Amino acid sequence: MQNNFLGKLQENENKLLEIWSQLLLESGSGDGAVEEEESKEFASLFLRALATSNGNYENSNESEKVEDLIVGISSSRGKRGFSPRENAQYLITFKVAASRILSEVVADSKELYDANLKLNAILDNMMILTFEAFMRGREDIISRQVDEISEISTPVIAVWDGIVALPIIGTLDSSRTQIVMENLLQQIVDTGSSIAILDISGVPAVDSLVAQHLIKTVSATRLMGAECIISGIRPEIAQTVVHLGIDLTGIITKATLASALQTAFEMLQLTVVKKK
Amino acid sequence: MERIPILKMGHFLLVTIQVDLYDQLAENLESDLINTISKHNSKGVLIDISAVSIIDSFMGRILGNIAVMSKIMDAQTVVVGMQPAVAITLVELGLSLNGVISALNVERGMDLLRSKMHNSDNEEQLYDDDNQ
Repeated sequence: MQNNFLGKLQENENKLLEIWSQLLLESGSGDGAVEEEESKEFASLFLRALATSNGNYENSNESEKVEDLIVGISSSRGKRGFSPRENAQYLITFKVAASRILSEVVADSKELYDANLKLNAILDNMMILTFEAFMRGREDIISRQVDEISEISTPVIAVWDGIVALPIIGTLDSSRTQIVMENLLQQIVDTGSSIAILDISGVPAVDSLVAQHLIKTVSATRLMGAECIISGIRPEIAQTVVHLGIDLTGIITKATLASALQTAFEMLQLTVVKKK
Repeated sequence: MERIPILKMGHFLLVTIQVDLYDQLAENLESDLINTISKHNSKGVLIDISAVSIIDSFMGRILGNIAVMSKIMDAQTVVVGMQPAVAITLVELGLSLNGVISALNVERGMDLLRSKMHNSDNEEQLYDDDNQ
């Protein structure tokens, strides 16, 4: 009955913790106080689960609690900036420590082998879980940042009564174009604007795909019954557009936002006069 | 049979589409509209699609057709009140409705039609020719 042996680990909890923290320190994957608290909690919960589960650990209720705990520890370690390697070391060192204790308490080599095998299976499964949690933690950060970037990067500015401007900063890909288009069109409806200025001075490069997206945005704006002016065309962009053979002749293009605004004023039959 | 009402307002025709169009209804609208233009010798058509939430490629083509046909009959078509989602869909479908003039709402559309009328009157006096 190998569970007896795994259960015996609980009796040696303090010793195990000692070896474990020693190993963690050696591998350079520990970070002191929080670490110890977490480790103690995990070790005691896990060992108690092993001891009470009667050799049927995988199916016990306790195992879920242990898994939740280790997943929590792993993702919090991920957020604290541990590398994947250091995160993996956390459980690997635990396994080494537990194996050492086992080899001390189990005399028979066959039984020791079985107990170790069982322990390995449990801990390997846990390691996969922690790795997934670790990745998820990182991915959460990335997707949150992506959301933030797309939110802050497409502000629609009401420049004048009836004129909205949308400065685009960064590369225009399909998903961003979609957001830009939706924001712009919605804003046109909300403000009742008849002119939209699309400023692309913050777009690093214009290839045929980006140009395609721009043309789409302009067409959609026209369908809504507003006119669209593209401003902020830099010399490099003008060159690439012509070299790629993209036809922008149907679109009003201006070099600067100022001249686009000037054009917009003319279209609305407004004049700016200097105060005497 | 269900039909979309076509209202006559002076020189213009006003069509307000309040229901989602299906193909037969759209085709009927097309022929009705062209007939009404010829009957009243209308100079402009204003189609309000602010209540339409779905336009497929067929409907897009019908709108384009109406615009071209009216142009041949010497009437200018203005489509007003297109919803953002509809505009995006049409552009994604590759239909930018080139012959169609759009306006944001009925009021602007009327202004636009009036100014077009005004311009074409002037041009007719000057050149006796109105291609634009």
